[in-house]
Amino acid sequence: MTRCAACKYLRRRCASDCIFSPYFPPNNPQRFACVHRIYGASNIGKMLQQLPVHRRAEAADCLYYEAQCRMKDPVYGCVGLITLLHQEIHDAQSQLAKAQAEIAFLNASSAQEEPPQQQQQQQHPAIEPAKQGGDPQYYVQQIEATGDGPSALYGPSTATWFC
Amino acid sequence: MVGNSPCASCKLLRRRCAKDCVFAPYFPPDDPHKFAIVHKVFGASNVSKMLQELPVHQRADAVSSLVYEANARTRDPVYGCVGAISYLQNQVSQLQMQLAVAQTEILCIQMQQEPAVPLPMPIMEPNDKSLFLSSNNFNSLPQYLGFASSSSSNVIPDPLKRESLWT
Repeated sequence: MTRCAACKYLRRRCASDCIFSPYFPPNNPQRFACVHRIYGASNIGKMLQQLPVHRRAEAADCLYYEAQCRMKDPVYGCVGLITLLHQEIHDAQSQLAKAQAEIAFLNASSAQEEPPQQQQQQQHPAIEPAKQGGDPQYYVQQIEATGDGPSALYGPSTATWFC
Repeated sequence: MVGNSPCASCKLLRRRCAKDCVFAPYFPPDDPHKFAIVHKVFGASNVSKMLQELPVHQRADAVSSLVYEANARTRDPVYGCVGAISYLQNQVSQLQMQLAVAQTEILCIQMQQEPAVPLPMPIMEPNDKSLFLSSNNFNSLPQYLGFASSSSSNVIPDPLKRESLWT
């Protein structure tokens, strides 16, 4: 019987009920090597054992993903990606607020130029209001609520990381 | 060692805290939980190796990110940080769609107001960061991540608050 990647790496016999074998097949030794380097075999085994069997595959995949992130970026790991996403959300909200404000301005300008009886026909259903509301001011408030950029989270020493 | 008091790591590991203890600057004795959670997820040995491989000026940030990941893993033992990443990526996609709709609407309004001026079709250049996120060098996120409920229902709120990344 072929040993799983974990037992091959650990140079031990692969039992029939090995906790690792369903998630670390022998044809992908790099997968276990990666998670072992970051978490250690013992911790991986404990984490998997604490989960119901039907959740372990997902957990193993997520641990592998996070371990890869950590190996790629030893300082921030996948947290760096989270910060990038926060920044991207902030930027997108800012652009959306500007676009919504411009739409409101254009609609207001258009309404002022046209006769009153035609204003009711100027509704533009094409824009679906955002789930949180279609008021441009909402988006501006959202931007203000999110605070400063990522450097506020990491401190001034890491402010240049995002450049 | 801070003063004569062993750091949180050496207290938990029940060993003498040397003057050059790699953990001492980042795991003060007044916050034992911080090291406890990192040790539970990563293990003291692995954390020590990771810190020793980094230049000193980057170790504080590394510890903060390890603590964050450990907290996320404790809150959500199945998805950990990956759940938050997946949720945030979906938020980005939704916002970009809304932005595209809004920009198209602007063009429509402008065309209606100035029909004689031909306007070029908007060129939606992909955001560079989106490219980074969608074509990163390692495997993409597990496909079954669809913000479904995990074993813990508390994964979503905290990682989305940027203020809580470094606690």
